[in-house]
Amino acid sequence: MSEALAELKKVSRVYQKGKDKVEVLHELDLVIPKGDFVAIMGPSGSGKTTLLNLLGGLDKPSSGTVTVGAAGLSSMSNSQLSRWRSTHVGFIFQFYNLLPVLTAQKNVELPLLLTSFGSAERAKRATIALEIVGLGDRGKHYPRELSGGQEQRVAIARAIVSDPSLLLCDEPTGDLDRETADDILRLLQILNREHGKTIVMVTHDAQAAGFASRTLHVDKGKLEQRAAA
Amino acid sequence: MKYFGLVWKNVWRKKARTLLTILSVFVAFLLFALLNAIGHAFKAGVDVAQAERLVVIDKISLINPLPISYRNKIASTPGVAAVTHQSWFGGYYQDPRNQFAQFPTEPYGYFEMYPEHVISKEQLDTWAKTRTGAVVGRELAEQFGWKIGDRIPIQATIWTKADGGRTWEFDLVGIFSTDDPRGTTAFMLMNYDYFEEARAFGKGTVGWYVLRINKGADPVAIANAVDNEFANSPNETETSTEAAFATSFAKQFGNIALIVQLILGAVFFTLLLVAGNTMAQSIRERISEIGVLKTLGFTDHTVLGIVLAESVLIMLIGGVLGLSIGWVLVQGLGQQMGAFLPGIFLGPSALLIGLGCMIGAGVLAGAFPAIKGMRLTIVDALARR
Repeated sequence: MSEALAELKKVSRVYQKGKDKVEVLHELDLVIPKGDFVAIMGPSGSGKTTLLNLLGGLDKPSSGTVTVGAAGLSSMSNSQLSRWRSTHVGFIFQFYNLLPVLTAQKNVELPLLLTSFGSAERAKRATIALEIVGLGDRGKHYPRELSGGQEQRVAIARAIVSDPSLLLCDEPTGDLDRETADDILRLLQILNREHGKTIVMVTHDAQAAGFASRTLHVDKGKLEQRAAA
Repeated sequence: MKYFGLVWKNVWRKKARTLLTILSVFVAFLLFALLNAIGHAFKAGVDVAQAERLVVIDKISLINPLPISYRNKIASTPGVAAVTHQSWFGGYYQDPRNQFAQFPTEPYGYFEMYPEHVISKEQLDTWAKTRTGAVVGRELAEQFGWKIGDRIPIQATIWTKADGGRTWEFDLVGIFSTDDPRGTTAFMLMNYDYFEEARAFGKGTVGWYVLRINKGADPVAIANAVDNEFANSPNETETSTEAAFATSFAKQFGNIALIVQLILGAVFFTLLLVAGNTMAQSIRERISEIGVLKTLGFTDHTVLGIVLAESVLIMLIGGVLGLSIGWVLVQGLGQQMGAFLPGIFLGPSALLIGLGCMIGAGVLAGAFPAIKGMRLTIVDALARR
């Protein structure tokens, strides 16, 4: 097995809801090797998105440790996590989450604003990212002028523009028709196989999960692992 | 600067709302400019007052005259370097709407006392020799198109002539100017000797005295010495610095500075509510976008800065427009009303204060939504979609 990129050890996440405590993840252990493409499935409320948030440093575990690369996310401050996210991880959401006031090109450039690159270098890198996702000619279009599939491609370009090693996808095809969804999943496969990106994808869709190397099932905060077909 | 594009796009997200907010900022700063300029006119005398000049008036009221015999007594007070006097003439030119200040005074004494008012020696000598002569400031000459040699009729509202007439004719023999941009030259000076000889009543009196003290002399001690000299006389005096005199003179019209401040306070308070509401609404509408920015790695403080920058930018757009249009209007107002209300002026310090107010109001209006945006957790923000 290749070297681990991400590792969760005995991770629990408990939320306070009024007077009650709700345990979403319970002492979960998980290792994700470099270059893996993992699909995470499970019923609503099983803890899939919470697991993704912990891997991306968007949330912190109540107990246990989360390590991605050399970074121990559990012990980092909010600002340290922000800086880490800007260079090490890319996020792809179900509803694309593009900024409607910016063109596709400017949306892709957003993460690069946090780097020391000048405007010309930012534009160049964003153009390359858009070309990788097949939208090199759509840079000047606003999100409202793009189809759902194109918006998701722009979101993928934004996720890869900083060249992160880890891509986290939360229901990336949940808002798309079958054909477009398959196009997006093939694109993720290319990013995994040809560009070496490690991908963790949360999905409800078994067909989408089929594009991953393996599928993990989460239920009631616990993990169940099965071999890919 | 690299975030400017993002800030700019966010500002124009809802064009109509932003334009209306900018309009309210524009009106507020237009008022700021106009009220400041008018306020300046009422305190112009205070701004140009000099510490070494003292003014002696009647203790009971400025409108009570003082005997001309006081002149030599004041001049002999230890520490006094020079003395002159002025009186309020209170006339108008051709039409009662053409009101401006006129002062009968001593030609040499006046220009020695006020070196900031500049006149050629030749014109000053001519004025001193011409009993019906008068000199005017450049502003006034330009206002009415007067030139040297003109004969100017002034209708008196107070001082009838000994022959019963109310029209005083003066020969314009000189035009003076000032190098102090805060000061005004929209007034006329006449020869006191002619005024004294021709008026029907009030002979042997002057309106007030102005004295200059020696360098380093104690103004309070000299003011007390002058007032003590005339204590228990029919015309007791009150001596104060020129600034205090100018302030009390301006207060005859009411506390203009306070009125201006109260109006501006109300305007800016309303402005903060309007702009604050705009910003709060704008942030509420894009909570999930703030979550996305934070997901991408924008820190809480960067988000805070972006929201504050949006608020300040809205203030700057409206404010700079308002101040600019206000400045243009003030120039026109100064020309139209310069004679009646001299000193209408919007100086660099008022413009700088205006700029400071824009930034301050922007920060205040944006503070609450910016802090809200900063404190949002990513998980909560993304869940708001």
